[in-house]
Amino acid sequence: MPFIPHTDQEIAQMLETIGVDAIDDLFDEIPSHLRAGVLDAIPQGMNEMEISRLMRQRAEQNKSVICFLGAGAYQHHIPAAVWEITTRGEFYSAYTPYQAEASQGTLQLTYEYQSMMTALTAMDVSNASMYDGASSLAEAILMAVRANRKSKSRKILMPTTVNPVYRKTAHTIVKGQQIELVDVPYDKATGTVALEQIKLHGEGDITAVVIQQPNFFGCLEDVDAITDWAHENNILVIAVINPLTVAVLNPPGEWGGINEGSESNQVANNKGADIACGDGQPLGAPMSAGGPYYGLLCCKQAYVRQMPGRIVGRTVDLDDKEGFVLTLQAREQHIRRSKATSNICTNQGLVVTASTIYMAIQGAQGLENTAAACYANNNQLVEKLTAIDGVDKVFNSAHFHETVLQLNIPADVALSGLMDKGILGGYNLSQDYPELDYPELKNAILVCTTEMRSDEDIDTYVTAMQEVLNSSDVSVASLAETA
Amino acid sequence: MLIFEHSSQGRKGAPQSPKEKASIVAIPEALLRKDRAALPEVSELQAVRHYTRLSQKNFSIDTEFYPLGSCTMKYNPRACNTLAMLPGFLNAHPLTPDAQNQGFLACMHDLQDMLCEATGMAVFSLAPMAGAQGEFAGVAMIDAYHKSRGDHERKEILVPDAAHGTNPATAVMCGFSVKEITTLDNGDVDIDALKAAVGPQTAGLMLTNPSTLGVFERNIEAIAKVVHEAGGLLYYDGANLNAILGKIRPGDMGFDVIHSNLHKTFSTPHGGGGPGSGAVGVAERLKPFLPLPVVGKTGDEYCYLTAQDCPQSIGRLSAFMGNPGVLLRAYIYMRFLGREGMVRVAEFATLNANYMMAEAKRRGFTLAIDNRRASHEFIITLKNEAREHHVSAMDFAKRLLDLGYHAPTTYFPLLVPECLLIEPTESEAKEALDGFMDALEQIKHEAETNPDILHAAPQTLPVKRLDEVRAAKQLDLSYKA
Repeated sequence: MPFIPHTDQEIAQMLETIGVDAIDDLFDEIPSHLRAGVLDAIPQGMNEMEISRLMRQRAEQNKSVICFLGAGAYQHHIPAAVWEITTRGEFYSAYTPYQAEASQGTLQLTYEYQSMMTALTAMDVSNASMYDGASSLAEAILMAVRANRKSKSRKILMPTTVNPVYRKTAHTIVKGQQIELVDVPYDKATGTVALEQIKLHGEGDITAVVIQQPNFFGCLEDVDAITDWAHENNILVIAVINPLTVAVLNPPGEWGGINEGSESNQVANNKGADIACGDGQPLGAPMSAGGPYYGLLCCKQAYVRQMPGRIVGRTVDLDDKEGFVLTLQAREQHIRRSKATSNICTNQGLVVTASTIYMAIQGAQGLENTAAACYANNNQLVEKLTAIDGVDKVFNSAHFHETVLQLNIPADVALSGLMDKGILGGYNLSQDYPELDYPELKNAILVCTTEMRSDEDIDTYVTAMQEVLNSSDVSVASLAETA
Repeated sequence: MLIFEHSSQGRKGAPQSPKEKASIVAIPEALLRKDRAALPEVSELQAVRHYTRLSQKNFSIDTEFYPLGSCTMKYNPRACNTLAMLPGFLNAHPLTPDAQNQGFLACMHDLQDMLCEATGMAVFSLAPMAGAQGEFAGVAMIDAYHKSRGDHERKEILVPDAAHGTNPATAVMCGFSVKEITTLDNGDVDIDALKAAVGPQTAGLMLTNPSTLGVFERNIEAIAKVVHEAGGLLYYDGANLNAILGKIRPGDMGFDVIHSNLHKTFSTPHGGGGPGSGAVGVAERLKPFLPLPVVGKTGDEYCYLTAQDCPQSIGRLSAFMGNPGVLLRAYIYMRFLGREGMVRVAEFATLNANYMMAEAKRRGFTLAIDNRRASHEFIITLKNEAREHHVSAMDFAKRLLDLGYHAPTTYFPLLVPECLLIEPTESEAKEALDGFMDALEQIKHEAETNPDILHAAPQTLPVKRLDEVRAAKQLDLSYKA
């Protein structure tokens, strides 16, 4: 029997102690007519050798490709030590650290994670993590509604440059609470959201504005101007970040405050985003078909009691020795039940473990070098691709490691042509930015490079793109004729 | 010692990252970081040693018996980890076209089908990333169902007072108000209170069965009838599914929607607090509302269903596909068990719990609910010990740590004073159970003769009892150099 250690003799002894004849007697409180029959649709059990064979076959069915796709999940190098340590049984098979004295490993590690994340984002406080980037945005919005007591509108400005699946997820999670997510369109030349557009949509009482940096198009938003405008108008700023890029980019805790010295104290005293969220995946989590990743969530000190999820604090024991505990639990569902800040119970502990070890091994310099390499590789790729006739950059603003390119053939044709050559060529933007509203994006793809793409990979992509465009000339022309 | 305190300025650890920093040429100065983040600067060896040592300060299933009630801390087979981390899975980008992702999608489709069969539900979505998110999805579907029928008056969710805290918190998050239903001393829901509570405002009832009191809800059919006749739906919190796997199915009990904590019943690791998975299953009438993504199959091809395929879906709960690495581990575990192994899970989890309960009684402990079968867990109340010897359930818990056992769940459910909720799981051998009961008996004796041993516990762990009040009052949530 898999994973059941009992011998026949032990079973007999245990039944005797209980005072029943058979194990099935222990289920005699269940109405007999409701009892389940044989679970026919579940196959018979397998041994480890058989399962290994099956899983290796399945894993091999997933084709190996060169990845130029990002759009919220990124292929970075992960030092071997990271998951070697993370999957030690003592981390892997431990529960939530409710018994603090028996969980100092997980608790101290989480405290170190919080310390690293606040250092990286320049925010005051980090929690122990949320499920993923998209759901952390949803929780950030709920948190902003609780935190901004001056605002009654429950209106959130949501630029369409925020990752479309994040916007969808936020909508699913906050719609039960009469919160309005107001779309703010982006500028078609820059691919960023202009402050003027935000102002246009931001009249009257607004609770918070969301800014993603770099935004979904890889472009860099004018975060300082938006942050200062928001703070002048009692609007909270929710930053959505990629935590790797802030090794190079101005971190959310430093956004705005550029009117320092002027009479506008409201701005000077209010430097930085109020809440920062995002996906921690780039820091040590494999792409793994979509997860598990984790959501980072940070805030200003003033809002710590509105923070959802677990938080670890440092304290002392009876002998005044340093130790770590879960703290501020009065916010949480197991204490406050229906009045909790969120229904969230879990965090993504094991992935946070990996991420903490990743950050420790990389250090700030390692993260900087990695982020800069992603950026430089993207420049190199874009430069070479746009040298091809029929490939152009769509937006003229600065970008980080993802770029929107316009092709002279439909995006899906190009991407499937690249896939035939073993290249995951990018993200088809026509799905989320339909041609009716944004005709210029109909043939647009979002291409991504990380530090893992070698010069050779980039040249392979460029050659493949050239070939795909050439071979498609004929088919597209004939398509146009039939249309 | 913190990793930051191992740091030396200028020490570069990693042969992992690119050697040089490429220059940033076209980004305006104002958008760039000014001061380098204050992360630790350590060698790879220092990091490996530090985190290996930290791991050794944890209790875990791999090192200790961990009878944490309602958490199902069973063995996490190593093969599930190894096989879920095959490169074909790890290197799959979540937006890989379906045609290139068939191996992964096949596993997910199989998993959906097996969960349907194991629970008696019509269809499953694997999207929710934890139990609480599964609850959210379930309650949001109940809401969507009523509204789709033009029924906008159902604004109340009923929750037994023994329920997990996530139940009422979830209902509120979905925009409902919550009414608590009392529980009888024998552990069953007070059906008269339920009858009095239901009405045209009732959206549904959230129920855990077996309940958090460690007993099977015997009146489940009557409860289902009362709720359904009032027009409400029945939600099954799958926290305790391990107790009944293959014995009775939530769908056959009349539940309309369930979530299953795959990190409990299907043995994916708890990882020090996640990631989990709260897959949701529904009866046919709730199918249109399932959260996305769901994996479908056309001919021999597996595919993600989209919002176009499922226009009434409550929507997405995460950026991609829930927690695929967790789902793969659950899938592998279920293939190990097969149909015959599933039933044995419930049988031996229940055997272990009832054996321990009988032993507890024999050794003079007071059971919260006597003269009933235990499910896969049971409750000892230490109210007598507390009154007579001034020792609390917390003192027992801390002393157990000294003796090498993780403590059971304490102070939950809230209904039982000074309680220990004990769940051994099926993967523990009799000698582990006996050892634990011996330890508990020893502590009971200590409580009677020298209670200070309990008050001072733990003595053998990396730290003694920690000052939680100070932690909450003098907040220290991150290291500052």
